[in-house]
Amino acid sequence: MRKGWWKVLAIALMLFTIIMGMMATVPALPILHETIRNLFYHVPMWFGMTLMLLLGMIFSIKFLRNGRMEDDIIAASFTKVGLLFGCCGISTGMIWAQSTWGVFWNNDPKENAAAVGLLLYFAYFVLRNSMDDLDKRARVSAVANIIFYFTFIPIIFIVPRLTDSLHPGNGGNPGFNAYDLDSNMRKVFYPAVIGWSLLGTWITTIISRSEIINRELQFSLNNSSMNNSSKQLDSKF
Amino acid sequence: MTFSKSVWFLIKKDLLIEWRQRYAFNGILLYLASVVFLIYVSFMELKPEMWLTLFWIVMLFTSVNAVAKSFLQEGRARWLYYYSIASPYAIIVAKMIYNLTLMLILCLIGLIIYIVVLGNPLLHPTYFLLVVIIGSFSFSLTFTLMSALASKAGNSAMIMPILSFPIVVPILLLLVKLSREALYGGILEWPVKDFALLISLDAVMLVLAMLLFPFLWRD
Repeated sequence: MRKGWWKVLAIALMLFTIIMGMMATVPALPILHETIRNLFYHVPMWFGMTLMLLLGMIFSIKFLRNGRMEDDIIAASFTKVGLLFGCCGISTGMIWAQSTWGVFWNNDPKENAAAVGLLLYFAYFVLRNSMDDLDKRARVSAVANIIFYFTFIPIIFIVPRLTDSLHPGNGGNPGFNAYDLDSNMRKVFYPAVIGWSLLGTWITTIISRSEIINRELQFSLNNSSMNNSSKQLDSKF
Repeated sequence: MTFSKSVWFLIKKDLLIEWRQRYAFNGILLYLASVVFLIYVSFMELKPEMWLTLFWIVMLFTSVNAVAKSFLQEGRARWLYYYSIASPYAIIVAKMIYNLTLMLILCLIGLIIYIVVLGNPLLHPTYFLLVVIIGSFSFSLTFTLMSALASKAGNSAMIMPILSFPIVVPILLLLVKLSREALYGGILEWPVKDFALLISLDAVMLVLAMLLFPFLWRD
């Protein structure tokens, strides 16, 4: 229990985010209106995604350094959760875009960059699952994860800056900070970021533990079935 | 054997293989010509902006096909042999230089075919040529690394494009943006910032390749 304090914190922050996200007083703005509350759910997704992918990349480096299979599983789990956050981020963004910009997909450079980033990480999982040899899979996907992280960062930070964006802070639009991330919203926004990140880490630990158990189970099954078959052979001859 | 010497021998070996299997290079050229002809017959008229974008997309597809085989053609046994005679750094550097030469030739021939078939809306051809050279440099670096990754996977021919296309998006956008300058008249203002960005992207790829290829190559 003492070790699980951060899970309690995650639950508390999530409850706070969901309740206060709906209840907090937000500035009344034209066009945005009440959709501004999506700030507590849409923006932390991208923070969380970047953080999860960063942690995944760090565990990939750890795997390449020491070759422990657990690190590979943890790296893949972090990346999986990062991808989940990305999908949630893009869908909440599309809903937001529908109600403020009028359409789900606006050919906005930030939307496009996010979509490209997601394609990249889907490709990571296709690459990972295309290999059967566990050792090789771990090594190649660790290398791929590091490469992808360092190309993902330019994709989401450079591509949007090549053209104007409808997002706040781009193309002459004022950033959120300028007018509406007032102290009231900050009080919910920062706990939301921390809460989502903790939740992501929690999901990762569950996924990676179940994956490790699965793998051990498979190994022991294989061994016992081999033992059984050898026993059968012994009894036959 | 010293580093530069082994790189030189590896490049020579690749060039020799290319020369003995000329059909592969000819095939790529024919592919390029067919795509350009396809564009010619399917577009009634091509606006200059469209001309540029299509040029880069044609080059993208051609170079993915051309570079993909650089790692895929090597069998397992041959890797074992390289492993015993050369360092991984020498191999990746040799592959990159070889692919760079291949891409330069391919891009220049491609540009000629493209201009002959689809006309030339360029007002600054020398500037465009510079962008094409830098572009082939970027493509060859990125795709060499991706081909090394894809060669380890099952069904590499399918994996190669899905790994390469998302990764090359920032490079492609920068190249289209840079080459757009070649369309307009007047005094050409050098987009130094974009050039610097492109070169730094290439540098990132190069560093990643040098750091990570030693983990990747042995089976």
